[in-house]
Amino acid sequence: MTEYILLRHRDIEGIDQLEVYRKNGGYEAFEQVVKKQTPQQVIDEVKAAGLRGRGGAGFPTGVKWSFLTPDVYPRYVVANADESEPGTFKDREIMEHNPYQFLEGVAICAYAAQANVAYVYCRGEFWDLAHRLETKIEALYEAKLLGKKLFGTDFSLDIYVHLGAGAYICGEETALLESLEGKLGQPRLRPPFPAAEGLFAKPTVVNNVETLTNLPPIITRGADWYRTIGTEKSPGPKVFSLSGHVERPGNYELPLGSTFRELIYEHGGGIRGGRRIKGIMPAGASAPLLAATDEVLDTPMDYESVPAIGSQLGSASIIVMDESVDISWMVYKTSSFFKHESCGKCTPCREGTYWMYHVTKRIQEGNASPEDIELLDSVARGIQGKCLCALGEFALMPVISGIEHFRADFQTHTGDRT
Amino acid sequence: MSDSQVKLTIDGLEITVPKGTLIVDAAKRAGIDIPVFCYHPKMKPVGMCRMCLVDVGTPRIDRSSGEAVRDDSGQVIIDFRPKLETACTTPVSEGMQVRVWSENASAGRKQIVEYLLTSHPLDCPVCDKGGECPLQNLTMKHGPGKSRFLYSEKKHLAKHVQLGELIFLDRERCIQCGRCVRFQEQLVDDPVIAFGDRGRGLEIVTYSNPGFDSYFSGNTTDICPVGALTTADFRFGARPWEMNASASICTHCPVGCNLTLNTRREADAGGREIVKRVMPRQNEMVNDIWICDKGRFAHHFATSPERLTTPLVRAGGELVESDWPTALAKAAEGLKAAGGAVIGLVGSRASNEDLFNFKQLLDGLGGTALLYGSMAGGDYVGQVGVGKDTELAGLGGGDAILVIASDLHEEAPIWWQRVIMAAKHGATLVVANGRPTRLDHYAAHSLRFEYPRAVKTALGLLQAVSKDKGLAPYEGEQELKAAARALVGADNLVVFFGREGLDYAGSDALARACARLLIETKHTGRRNNGLIPVWSGPNTQGAWDLGLRPDPQFANSMQETRAALVIAADPVGDDPVLADSFGNGTFTVVQELFLTPTARLADVVLPARSFAEREGTFTNALRRVQRFYSAIEGMGQARSDWQITAQLGAELGIELEAQSCGRVFARYAAAAPGYEDLDYQNLSETKSQWPPVGGDDLYFGGTAFKNDQGVGVQLAPTSERGSTVDIEWTAPPEVSKTNGMLLVAVDQLYDRATTVKPSEVLEPRLAAAVVRLNPSDAQRLGIVDGSGIEIQHNGRVDTLPALLEGGIPMGTALVGRSQGLAIEYPLDVDVKPAS
Amino acid sequence: MLADNHQAEIERILSKYPPDQKRAAVLPLLYLAQHTYGCITEDAIDEIAALLELDPTQVGGLTGFYTLLHDKQEGKYRIQICTDLPCALRGAEAFAKEVCTNLGIQLGETTDDGLVTVEGVMCLAGCDKAPMFQLQDDEGIHYHENQDVSSTMGLIEELRQRGSDD
Repeated sequence: MTEYILLRHRDIEGIDQLEVYRKNGGYEAFEQVVKKQTPQQVIDEVKAAGLRGRGGAGFPTGVKWSFLTPDVYPRYVVANADESEPGTFKDREIMEHNPYQFLEGVAICAYAAQANVAYVYCRGEFWDLAHRLETKIEALYEAKLLGKKLFGTDFSLDIYVHLGAGAYICGEETALLESLEGKLGQPRLRPPFPAAEGLFAKPTVVNNVETLTNLPPIITRGADWYRTIGTEKSPGPKVFSLSGHVERPGNYELPLGSTFRELIYEHGGGIRGGRRIKGIMPAGASAPLLAATDEVLDTPMDYESVPAIGSQLGSASIIVMDESVDISWMVYKTSSFFKHESCGKCTPCREGTYWMYHVTKRIQEGNASPEDIELLDSVARGIQGKCLCALGEFALMPVISGIEHFRADFQTHTGDRT
Repeated sequence: MSDSQVKLTIDGLEITVPKGTLIVDAAKRAGIDIPVFCYHPKMKPVGMCRMCLVDVGTPRIDRSSGEAVRDDSGQVIIDFRPKLETACTTPVSEGMQVRVWSENASAGRKQIVEYLLTSHPLDCPVCDKGGECPLQNLTMKHGPGKSRFLYSEKKHLAKHVQLGELIFLDRERCIQCGRCVRFQEQLVDDPVIAFGDRGRGLEIVTYSNPGFDSYFSGNTTDICPVGALTTADFRFGARPWEMNASASICTHCPVGCNLTLNTRREADAGGREIVKRVMPRQNEMVNDIWICDKGRFAHHFATSPERLTTPLVRAGGELVESDWPTALAKAAEGLKAAGGAVIGLVGSRASNEDLFNFKQLLDGLGGTALLYGSMAGGDYVGQVGVGKDTELAGLGGGDAILVIASDLHEEAPIWWQRVIMAAKHGATLVVANGRPTRLDHYAAHSLRFEYPRAVKTALGLLQAVSKDKGLAPYEGEQELKAAARALVGADNLVVFFGREGLDYAGSDALARACARLLIETKHTGRRNNGLIPVWSGPNTQGAWDLGLRPDPQFANSMQETRAALVIAADPVGDDPVLADSFGNGTFTVVQELFLTPTARLADVVLPARSFAEREGTFTNALRRVQRFYSAIEGMGQARSDWQITAQLGAELGIELEAQSCGRVFARYAAAAPGYEDLDYQNLSETKSQWPPVGGDDLYFGGTAFKNDQGVGVQLAPTSERGSTVDIEWTAPPEVSKTNGMLLVAVDQLYDRATTVKPSEVLEPRLAAAVVRLNPSDAQRLGIVDGSGIEIQHNGRVDTLPALLEGGIPMGTALVGRSQGLAIEYPLDVDVKPAS
Repeated sequence: MLADNHQAEIERILSKYPPDQKRAAVLPLLYLAQHTYGCITEDAIDEIAALLELDPTQVGGLTGFYTLLHDKQEGKYRIQICTDLPCALRGAEAFAKEVCTNLGIQLGETTDDGLVTVEGVMCLAGCDKAPMFQLQDDEGIHYHENQDVSSTMGLIEELRQRGSDD
């Protein structure tokens, strides 16, 4: 890829200033849809582009918008900026350095959803970022790109920033809505889905920051253009967050379908200190661990190919581990994470993450016997398919895959070398 | 198959249920038990405990044709979902197949139980819930025998957390099912408990002041599926299997909640059987499976050591212990000597049988039988009260409710709950009072009136709905007219009327106006329509139906009286000024539970049994006649009021039924119009009710008791029995304005009444003995919040602290009844800072 | 009283939400209370409940759920070091340990002079700039990335100076 579509600040200096953004085509898309297109046309274009949710679920964005209950108003758009998946820092870079493209995406989404109010739900730790975003929004009001009757039409839009207060589960869209409404951030029963009953029980679209940032280029350059990037089923550019034992951790914007090898070795500079790669967690903590074989390294990173090799692309937060890593320690770290972040609402996740945390901790501390590995595996499998939301389901994935691929790492702690 | 019915198969059993039924309810109705913890049939499902996991399969449908796909043998192909589903969140669908006992589903539920038990303490031997514990029962049926969880990793949590003075929480036992939180939030709109923290640390917290500040908090201990929530009144009290259960009816208010009294013999009580706890008994037509905390906790008066246990006779100026023959003879002698100048006063706690014998006795003596009360209207209720089979729980969209001159939350909490639920379901609520109460929040129309003018508001409503222009002087403003329109257009209308701010004549005028309103808008003579009186006691309606009435001037009549018979009433306690009327020149016989101020002045005091020690019937304010049964033996030598009265009759040569309560009731039924078809038999008929509770179903509906002893019979008012009713409105009594303040009495749930005070557990919750004033009035009078004030009336001075409250109307001072300040009707008083 | 001193801010917060959905303002108001009083006090809970027409329970129950809200005051500054997997892979745990050793405390504890509490927290989205931490004080949260022990100790010293300058 020669030009940046999402991380445009890497091409254009100062694009976080409104005048620079506009000089480089900014807000042409929003003006175009408001003045010249119907909401349905926008939905159709986004559907045609094949844009899929970048928050982790990969659900087709245009299709999600089309689930909004007709004739029920008001509607709301919520930008999910609760980026809390370990190894994920793409939304942060977008909001810090290319904020107006993101905000323009929010506006386009609001127009398509016929919403006049949008909230950016920012994780609480992004305190500084959120306050800076508010000044960007103020600039948009001053430039009459937000507010009443935009571009001489009847369409009005207000965007507000709302800060969370430290809870990973609030990245789950219904938990996010609960939190925004002022309650505990615990996921709701689905159905009903937010498109039917979302914020304040009204039809709501919840989209990830990166997803929304894709909208201005899709509008200005068209669905057909968008589809020239990436793969047939996973079109478009993706910001991959690369972290762990690589020379150059960071965000890399590449077409979907680029391989792990390309990301890790060509862009990430390979494993630091020339060590050997051991394992990859491709979706932060929320997918099965991949043993870093050649087959895996040559797998394209898209929403079809990664499941085909037994994991998920998720938010494309690629955590790389070299040969020095004890996978049982890695599993202890992910189990600690999920135990800390479990909202507690449903029994299998609440009790299961607590239990897995304790068993993995005992294994690390050398207080475990070989049967504890079986116990850990069994407890993890006991959670599977029973939880109210995906957090519990994710929590078990590193455990089961870790034991499956690297049982020996566990056995070094339990005194069983068979 | 009709559009509204769905056919499905559960574990091979084919059943048909209404569309929209949840799998868990469909199974229950078919006799198949799917275990649940967080689900409760009276609340919206949340699917959080994951205990009700089942395998669900639906017919495979061809997308293009819309037809079910069949296999070679013609059977519809059923696709089972890849994951287990929660039966409580999944509605049934046509052709669905549910497998509750598949290997997959059983294993899934077994795993959930293992998870639940990881940090659940092995408290069973010492836990209150043992013996009636859903977790115990469901573990036996669905769970593993051993846990693989290491004890050292168990989470240790606080075990005796007081959520307020009435409810204790054991954090270790809590399985985070959320039933308590959702009950408070969804069913009684008191979100005073909530979940706090997260993950394994998720716990119940309360920040209200006082903690768990709700009149319904005790119900959460019934629906808690483990021993996490227990009542301070009962915890560690007894094992459920040790206790006897008797059906009863609550005596604290006119709702008539169905109770079960659990009793056990106690060494501490001298080997007597005493009431250990009060539990709800299911009656979906009256109180569902709920009771308020006053009904639940204020039962100790029935077994208080202060109770009168022997007859007392005045000798040498003192009351001395006597025996029944002597006391009865002495009492009869005094009553006879009065030569017909006898007044009888009976309180609203008296059962229908007590009332009947009482009236007969007074009639036989040629005296005057009076109901001791301060509110009128019971005769209009007999005519335009609610129709047969009325169920307040059935009110919703299209219906209307008017509540006037009553604070339902304090006076009849279960009705308040039903009214707010009706409003939530779309009923239009109109609330009219002199001050805002807890009902205004739900009202479509809130009408304010100056206290003496409650009747004018009712008449204003009447004027707005009727064509009779004679009501012109009572025209109201826009808000009143809008409210009236809502009442006219309603499919069904019920009117609750109270007595706040009214004297007797005022309450009669109010009742007439409300009755007329119902007649004019054609909301009489059918179910879910009619007049509902907010009486202060459980059987006021039973008294009115027998023809007993209060006489607001009875104190004047006492001048010419030479004898008085007082049953279940304490006029001197209510107003010390009446001390001159009893005892001394007026020969007084008192039948009572306690040595009340009236009893202290009596010539003969006869010890009566409380509701727990005898049987009888009450007629609630919706005119449902309900039986209550004896739970414990009479205290000492106490006897039932109806029996005492009959024995007095025997001494006086007046024939009264003295042996069988049922036979007294038969006589009552013959005398009270509309009761003729009732007897103890049909009053004990039960019916199948939903949801099932208690017994094997205590995990489903909770530990409320199944009603095997009778749901009672609701009487039709005369308007429903074909009689024409004609109740005319009357002009309200004129109220002269004074320079002082109007002192208005209000009812408070936790007052200092004789039947409440013996319950020490409620002591911290008793309503403060204060006088409430508007801050503007206080400033004008130089009164500071919390300081003492003097209230002067007719030469009497009372001193109480002041509490300033913005909602109190100007020119008004509000005081609770039974707070030590004698007041029944509104009084003109002078208020000033205490010297 | 929050209402007395921060009326304009409270109104600005409330204006972001529909007037019949005041409850949505509870998190911003909790931050305001925390910054004003140092932690979420019971009085603050009552006050916020009154402002939003909620029962205090509906406000109080939130403090324990959200990691950034505290019901007790610890150090004046909270140094919350990410020790989650990606940062741990790049030395965050050793970094945290050494910082604590230098301060004479264990992870999770507060220095004797009450200046600094050092805690390990979950992913802060700074994985490419590890070791890193966020500094939480009574005014907000600020990131400090690409840290090493000496830069961190230097920052703590600055904070100490800041305190003695007041």
